[in-house]
Amino acid sequence: MKNWELVCGLETHVELATKTKIFCSCTTEFGGEPNTHCCPICIGLPGTLPKLNKAVVEYAVMAGLATHCEINPDAKMDRKNYVYPDLPKAYQISEYDQPLCRNGYVELSNGRKIRLARIHIEEDAGKLVHERGNTLVDYNRGGVPLIEIVSEPDIRSIDEAVEYLEKLQTIMRYIGVSDCKMQEGSLRCDVNISVRPAGSDKFGTRTEIKNMNSFSHMIKAMEYEMERQIDLLESGEEVVQETRRYDESTGCTEEMRGKEDANDYRYFREPDLVAIRVTPEMLEEIKARMPEDLQVRYNRFVKDYGLPEADAKLILEHRRIADYFEKAAAGIKNPRTVANCITGPIFARLATEAEKADFNVPVSAENLNALVKLLDEGKIRMNLLKSTLEKMLDTGKPASEFLSEKDLAGISPDELRKICEQAAADNPNAVKDYRAGKEKALKAVLGAVMKATRGRANPQEAEKILAEIMSN
Amino acid sequence: MGKYGKIAQLHSLMAEKKISCTELTKQYLDAIERDNASLNAYVKITPEAALETAARVDAKIAAGESIGLLEGIPMTLKDNISTKDIETTCCSKILKGYVPIYDATVWSLLKKQNAVLLGKTNMDEFAMGSSCETSCFGGAKNPHDTTRVAGGSSGGVASAVGANLAAFGLGSDTGGSIRQPASFCGIVGLKPTYGAVSRYGLIAYASSFDQIGPITLSVEDAALVYDAISAQDPMDSTSSGQKEPTVSSLGKDIRGKKIGIVKEYFEGVRPDVEKALQNAVEVFRSLGAEFVELSMPSIHYCLPVYYILACAEASSNLGRYDGIRYGYQTEHYTDRNDMVCKTRSEGFGKEVKRRILLGTYVLSAGYYDAYYKKAQNLRGAIVKAFDLTFEKCDVILAPTVPMTAFPEHYAAKDPVETYQTDICTVPANIAGLPGISVPCGFGDDGMPVGMQLLGPKFSEATLLNVAAQYEQAARETVFRPVEMGVSL
Ligand SMILES: [Zn+2]
Repeated sequence: MKNWELVCGLETHVELATKTKIFCSCTTEFGGEPNTHCCPICIGLPGTLPKLNKAVVEYAVMAGLATHCEINPDAKMDRKNYVYPDLPKAYQISEYDQPLCRNGYVELSNGRKIRLARIHIEEDAGKLVHERGNTLVDYNRGGVPLIEIVSEPDIRSIDEAVEYLEKLQTIMRYIGVSDCKMQEGSLRCDVNISVRPAGSDKFGTRTEIKNMNSFSHMIKAMEYEMERQIDLLESGEEVVQETRRYDESTGCTEEMRGKEDANDYRYFREPDLVAIRVTPEMLEEIKARMPEDLQVRYNRFVKDYGLPEADAKLILEHRRIADYFEKAAAGIKNPRTVANCITGPIFARLATEAEKADFNVPVSAENLNALVKLLDEGKIRMNLLKSTLEKMLDTGKPASEFLSEKDLAGISPDELRKICEQAAADNPNAVKDYRAGKEKALKAVLGAVMKATRGRANPQEAEKILAEIMSN
Repeated sequence: MGKYGKIAQLHSLMAEKKISCTELTKQYLDAIERDNASLNAYVKITPEAALETAARVDAKIAAGESIGLLEGIPMTLKDNISTKDIETTCCSKILKGYVPIYDATVWSLLKKQNAVLLGKTNMDEFAMGSSCETSCFGGAKNPHDTTRVAGGSSGGVASAVGANLAAFGLGSDTGGSIRQPASFCGIVGLKPTYGAVSRYGLIAYASSFDQIGPITLSVEDAALVYDAISAQDPMDSTSSGQKEPTVSSLGKDIRGKKIGIVKEYFEGVRPDVEKALQNAVEVFRSLGAEFVELSMPSIHYCLPVYYILACAEASSNLGRYDGIRYGYQTEHYTDRNDMVCKTRSEGFGKEVKRRILLGTYVLSAGYYDAYYKKAQNLRGAIVKAFDLTFEKCDVILAPTVPMTAFPEHYAAKDPVETYQTDICTVPANIAGLPGISVPCGFGDDGMPVGMQLLGPKFSEATLLNVAAQYEQAARETVFRPVEMGVSL
């Protein structure tokens, strides 16, 4: 029995978060009554002409820069001719032989680089709605700008495919070019897949699984398709190059169209648009607007702030959160505390991915910074910090509103000893148990001390004093 | 200025209150009612909207306000220029019943100036043809002889303007569709520089060739209308607007101007047509212009280059007519594919189908390099050849068509031979250059002959002035009005 290796490349479609469509000024907002986000241009009425939205080019260049691509200073758009009811002009305006971005890569955690052949811009099609035996067309999505990110067949496992796609999703969200919501179709991909004997450097015949719109479907489809191809090859049959569709209900992939009727798209230069010029000035301007490279920032979060990798990843999932963290962590002795505040109490209040992305938190980064500084200065203890943060999150008010002079005053060692003695006297049974060897009994007395000091006491110190008192 | 211009003449009649705009409009509408049956120039008449605009203009005049030069002037549009709320069909069955929900930019510019739209005029189906006979409404006739064609594809506009059924009109020129019918009907047709006039709302035939332009009774009118419609349009990213106004440059001396005679343009020209052109050369000499003999062998490649590239673009542009959203839909079908197939089979005429098939073929994977790519490269070579030629002369003088208007049904017999009649007009479209056709006399058959003047990109001001100088010097011998339409 041979050992089989996966060879896989992804074509990922990302809907750009521009306010208006690629060739007209209609809104790109998701949803809406069918055919209400439409105008003569995006429904391709006779005589209409496209006008290229400059923001689309800028977003695509940002996507290219964030994935280490070369930016083509002289790109152009082409027509891809095919007839389908959701494509009102009977052609899609896309980029064929001179894409805007080329030769980039995405680095995985195992250090492997998945090379990107190209990133190009194009328009999305409308959507067919099947209703009571009729097929209706909704053109709201027609003309929404897309970038297609085409990887080389560098992916060698399903885990790598998932990590690659997650990474793309994070990068695109982080630089703000897309919300990358798979459930709304703003991130979807086609998977090109083949298998070969492990160690071979030849490519096997590949199939393409179209339109994966969730990670779990992609994993299942890849598992199924890999196994199907291995079964074929092991029983001496051949894999046929074809396009396949994943059926969610059966968990299988099935043939969509064979190679014999492969489409001839009759590409040619779009005569209604002039060339796309990315001037050096424009490129510099976009570069200046780009946030710090995600990987560089991640490394910095781990190294300089000492964050655990998992925390750094969580915080870097959205640029707003990362920015918030850095502001809140400024000048803090242990930035992990700030990270914990974010991934703990703050995330607990953000139910959805969208809420996380928006990161509308009532506590400003400055106020969080001020709160954690009190801990640094020994003025408050962790549990008081936590309860105060909850109150701040409830009200949006700064920590000073909830901390009295007394809270912040601290407790002198003499005072603490007095309180401990009182607590021991109040709990004679616990003291008896402790003396009998039940170490746990000390915790009950410690609880009473903390309660009496409203959390201001340093638990380690109090424990030391209690142990002394209770042993005698 | 204002000596021969029809527009200036009608304008002063109205401004001096010798005729009201409503009366003028009614005269045109009555003339259309009377003469259109024999000409088939109009395919849609819009009297209500026309009279409404006229009343608005009259109210302004009555209020003592001054009116613009194009205000209240009765005019027409080729039926491939989108007009909001007015059916626009490209004279194709497949667009029957299609009423645009927006105005073409050229029409909104004229609408704003209160030009009076009388109706939409006949054309070859989707602007494909050289005789105006591929229209689903039947062909437009030549006002000089109604047994002859008006020419294509803007034949309806040329017939209407030539027969005084409109003071001016807008046509579109993809391979000569303004200049050729203007030549056949004995009037003036200007194909502007590619990009000088917005194409927004022009139902596309071949996007990189199409250009809207005026068809008029005089060069001065052409200049006036050109100035009015040649504005940079944010809706058309290939549009740049004009470089300088043309009307103000009319009347300049052309002494010392160099006119190029490119010998390839004269190959296969009918002797009587050549004779008319020779007379024009003499007129120019008398005006002090100088002539240079030149050669451009690449002219020989223009026809195949044009038909390959234009058909390729057409096959893509016409893909959207599937019967799903607007226009004609077949009555009986089994499924979607069957519906689209039957709709297109029944909706498109023979010539359109021929060009869609040709275009699909030259773009398809196995043939792209042999045809489309090669034609694209040749297009570049032709552009360069023109650049070199215009280093040696200011304008080129050529026939518009190697012959005069042909009898009806001549074109249908041999489509390839008919394509040959475009030989003198297509080079300008390939290179995106401006060209104008001006009447320059008559052939032995008594039909008008057109002279074509070509210039470098955005040289409209020079081109129109050279044409105007010729027209004024030769007007009495080259212009013969027809006994039709409105006589004012
Ligand atoms: Zn739109």
